[in-house]
Amino acid sequence: MTALAQEQPALVPPVLKKHIGLYDTISQTVTMAYRALLRLRRTPEQWVDVLMMPFIFTFMFAFLFGGAIAGSVADYLPSLIPAIIVQSVVQASILTGTQLREDMDTGVFDRFRSLPIARVAPLAGPLVTDTIRYAVITSLTMLVGLLIGWRPGGGWGILAGALLVIVVTWAVSWIWALLGVTARTTGTVQGIATLIMMPMTFFSNAFVPTSTLPAWLRPIAEWNPLSHLITALRALTNDGVWGTDAWWTLLGAAIIVAIFAPLTTRAYMRRT
Amino acid sequence: MKGQPVTSIDATDIAIVAEGLVKTFGTTRAVDGVDLRVDRGTVYGVLGPNGAGKTTTISMLTTLLRPDGGRASIFGHDVIDEPDVVRQLIGVTGQDASVDEKISGIENMVVFGRLLGLGRQGAKRRGLDLLDAFGLAEAATRPVAKYSGGMRRRLDLASSLIAQPPLIFLDEPTTGLDPRTRGQMWDVIRDLVANGSTVLLTTQYLDEADHLADRIAVIDRGRVVAEGTANDLKALVGTATLQLALADAAVTDAALATTEHVLGTRASATPERGHITAPMADPERITDLLIALRTQGIRLAEVSVERPTLDEVFMTITGHGTADPQTEITGKVAA
Repeated sequence: MTALAQEQPALVPPVLKKHIGLYDTISQTVTMAYRALLRLRRTPEQWVDVLMMPFIFTFMFAFLFGGAIAGSVADYLPSLIPAIIVQSVVQASILTGTQLREDMDTGVFDRFRSLPIARVAPLAGPLVTDTIRYAVITSLTMLVGLLIGWRPGGGWGILAGALLVIVVTWAVSWIWALLGVTARTTGTVQGIATLIMMPMTFFSNAFVPTSTLPAWLRPIAEWNPLSHLITALRALTNDGVWGTDAWWTLLGAAIIVAIFAPLTTRAYMRRT
Repeated sequence: MKGQPVTSIDATDIAIVAEGLVKTFGTTRAVDGVDLRVDRGTVYGVLGPNGAGKTTTISMLTTLLRPDGGRASIFGHDVIDEPDVVRQLIGVTGQDASVDEKISGIENMVVFGRLLGLGRQGAKRRGLDLLDAFGLAEAATRPVAKYSGGMRRRLDLASSLIAQPPLIFLDEPTTGLDPRTRGQMWDVIRDLVANGSTVLLTTQYLDEADHLADRIAVIDRGRVVAEGTANDLKALVGTATLQLALADAAVTDAALATTEHVLGTRASATPERGHITAPMADPERITDLLIALRTQGIRLAEVSVERPTLDEVFMTITGHGTADPQTEITGKVAA
């Protein structure tokens, strides 16, 4: 330990920066994403639900409702697989919020606060890394679909659809991030998020055609942002068409980020 | 890059100035008008019991908490107006190890190094050097969750030193450490100062402040109740005390009378155990006292002289200090 004396003279940073620029903010966010990746690697149990969800949901819905809703399992798959993807990925994004809450309670966040880094970096980093989970869920669900008889004709549209879902879910995860920063416990985050997501996923066009809904519920299900995402994904995967729904969801995603990213950062800075 | 100090911090020899810092949580004034002045290149000890406001004070000085009143600056840079500049000048080691438990020691160092602007290779090299210096080289690739308390604390301190900050805050750096690890931590702190760093440390251990700190602030209920060198503080309590243990407890009263008479001060006694304690203003008189006791046939089992400890200083200062600050607080709030 005494080696310290000779080796490390106390230096003053050569340049004292008044503010943190965009380049530094991006590079710090990348470092935070790298940290989240290291954590993800060290906690394999997080992967269990990520890997199981596509199988369970796809099988359950396809064989349970396929006959009743579409006449046969094979006829149900083109509308079901995109819906399952959206439902599972958005559900998985809630974990982003609970993990942020958990992470913020550990001492390492105190250090982040005392470092000369962009305030948004510790929040944005994990959100970026979580897109890996979304990508895994999306591709696994597609794979399961293919195995049980889904034959999408979208070509490159399938890839575009996957990217659209991931980008939109990343945007949605900022909502959970705000919950994570402001809520007292991880349970609160989980509870509130599930309360929002349950009706959102079921009062949509995900599993049943909206034409079968009662008149008062139909406009709600059609207006539901998730319905637009699901419609966009169906068009992209099955027919390779980038339609207006895709544009609407992208716009919606941009609005969510524009509102929730600054709110979350401000809440984080105010929290002590 | 080395040896290019920035003039703005070169110009000042004062590392920390705090004037009337206040922080309230609800109705509690956790910090209630703290003034501090820490010279560059010194170790400054902030001493106080749990809940005295030490951590809150540090949090304000390190930009983690916004003061409700007063002002503070680090090397002349205001903590409220220029937090990002202040953060470039400080290293902070908190009470709970501020490191990521889930990843390994070297991964922690690389993440912090990258955040501070080092390149991938640079961060790794610097990390390995520091881990080596803190005796953590072997544990570098193990997850921090598997580290012992002492190792975690060392990793924490190592992380604070990545950017070679000129000012280092250590919040109770040795709380919960075994004596050997504590000794190692003390060596590290001495080394830091030998290099020209300035260190502010908080502690509940009075001997720690006594051993390490050039100056000490005693803090109680959010206020600085005494400030000075260890010797200044000891002088507050007064001189050393003389302790006599009598061979026969039955003669305690007689011995007490003689002691008070010869020394010319008041003394106290524990008659059941035959112990007498007296302040020792003039060491010369002890000879007279011992002779007088022998003349009277009072036999002694033990004679010792005790210098005041910082514990006694603390008891003395906060002991009668509590009533007065309290009334002052109420007065201030009313005003």
